[in-house]
Amino acid sequence: MKAILTVFLKELRENLRDKRTLTNALLVGPLIGPVMFVMMLNVVINHEFSRAEAPLKLPVIGAEHAPNLIKTLKMMGLEPQAPVADPVQAVLDQKADAVLRIPADYGKAWSKGEPAQVELFYDSSQRDSSSPVRRIQSMITNYAKQQASMRLVARGLSPALLSPITLDTRDQSTPQSRASMLFSMLPYFFVLTIFLGGMYLAIDLTAGERERQSLEPLFANPVARWRILLGKLGAISAFSLASLLICIAAFAVAGNFLPADKLGMNLDLGLHFALSTLLLMLPLLLLLSALQTLVAAFAKSYREAQTYLGILMIVPALPSVVLSVMPIKPATWMYAVPLLGQQVGITELLRGNAINGTDIGICLLSGFAVALVTIVITALVYRSERLAISA
Amino acid sequence: MIEVKDLSKAFDKGKVKAVDGVSFTARDGEITGLLGPNGAGKTTSLRMLYTLMKPDSGQVLVDGIDAAVDPLAVRRRLGVLPDARGLYKRLTARENIDYFARLHGIESAQMHARREALVDALDMRDILDRKTEGFSQGQRVKTAIARALVHDPRNVILDEPTNGLDVMATRGLRAFMLKLKQEGRCVLFSSHIMQEVAMLCDRIVVIAHGRVVADESPAALRAQTGEENLEDAFVKIIGSEEGLAA
Repeated sequence: MKAILTVFLKELRENLRDKRTLTNALLVGPLIGPVMFVMMLNVVINHEFSRAEAPLKLPVIGAEHAPNLIKTLKMMGLEPQAPVADPVQAVLDQKADAVLRIPADYGKAWSKGEPAQVELFYDSSQRDSSSPVRRIQSMITNYAKQQASMRLVARGLSPALLSPITLDTRDQSTPQSRASMLFSMLPYFFVLTIFLGGMYLAIDLTAGERERQSLEPLFANPVARWRILLGKLGAISAFSLASLLICIAAFAVAGNFLPADKLGMNLDLGLHFALSTLLLMLPLLLLLSALQTLVAAFAKSYREAQTYLGILMIVPALPSVVLSVMPIKPATWMYAVPLLGQQVGITELLRGNAINGTDIGICLLSGFAVALVTIVITALVYRSERLAISA
Repeated sequence: MIEVKDLSKAFDKGKVKAVDGVSFTARDGEITGLLGPNGAGKTTSLRMLYTLMKPDSGQVLVDGIDAAVDPLAVRRRLGVLPDARGLYKRLTARENIDYFARLHGIESAQMHARREALVDALDMRDILDRKTEGFSQGQRVKTAIARALVHDPRNVILDEPTNGLDVMATRGLRAFMLKLKQEGRCVLFSSHIMQEVAMLCDRIVVIAHGRVVADESPAALRAQTGEENLEDAFVKIIGSEEGLAA
């Protein structure tokens, strides 16, 4: 036990002196998630809300040809802007989301009872255009329907003739459910911070130590290799844990900057969420540090280890990606799968649902079991002759 | 005392025989030199001594303890300067030494006394509290030896200790090895430098192609080959062995 502690303390001390490890493990790793998340969410939410509520500002060319149309559109929320000389160029240059042009013969066609033409210029490849275009289209369609009905009534016909079928759409989505896709990324940020927090140590303590030729003298000491491994795993996990704690704290702070009220949802990233997340993540601390060490033990050099771990980093993203593309109903078996269990559990917490004790128990039990198996495998690899020899 | 009996080790699934039936004994109060050209199997033999590698066959006894039966006890009785002598660059020389002392489970007071003795013997007081990053080769070897011997081992194994050292550092190290011998320790070191072995050793074990081709005192080696000059004797032994192997 003393030897394990000796290795643990030495690795901590040595790595606390390394600025690059410190910045990566305690600054970049844990803060990249919260910062990205808050920024993403703020941009998306504010964008959508400002568009739906604000008056629709579009340049209108030839407004004088259709005073009645313009008057009605204004009542519906259009704020006509000064006409532009070249509508095509204005749209392509993104100076306007869309441009409305009313030709000079609009009035003539209207009086004759022929379809009067109105032109709308926009670029559908611009994401920004879709919302204003949809709004102006529906305004004009509504105006046209209104006028058609009035013409039928004037000729003594029922306006119902125009609508043999009416389709009423009833969208059941809520702002909260629409935002849940964004939230499915959040658990991955926690996994990522554990990964980044321990990565530099995992590489340094096995592949790095071998490359610097200090592993052979270390193994010449009368300490079983599995004890040395446990000390190293402890140091890696300690850094991952510090990283995770900073990340959770940062999310708790970041929660205050999220416009969650605009979504009409009760987003609680406070103490209960923080503690539950920490609990769910504990097995991953061990599992990932063992997994990283295992991978680093196979690498012949520091660089090679970096490459392998870069690939390994994608693996924990899979449950997040899968669940965000095809949302599956949380089931108990999912808690038994490390990474997936954390993903499902944290998503449930975000939705404000409680996780029952059995599910937490299954999640922890299976997580620690898989971590233990990984540690045993790593210990076996650590016993190999090849591991110690640098040249 | 270190006894090696019929040690063999092959790599690449038995294709390359690095060590092929090596036997010798290194006694207490003597310096035993393992002499051989590069690639003769010196480092592999030593690695099996300090249990980093498992021999395919043969036996290693350190103070009578079988390395295959109790490797930890064997390592406790050995002070090893391996071929790889990397230090921890972000730690000071003192921290490097203390780390190994703690891994040996030495108490603080004893660790302190032992470290101070080594620091004086190796004349490394001035570098003790510097981080080892940027150390010269000589400073690195001194630190590596100090940490290898901090547990006061009876048996000392040094793999090419003077490799890469300048004249002054080499002289200092040779004096230190003689001191270890006078303290009654069993000193086993490998080298491919003839003069060094001739000057220091009580016994020379010549290894070529993974086999022991001579195991004599320097005087006996000269007598055996009929060469007055030890270097000529060395060439003769290795050369004839090569002739036999071919």
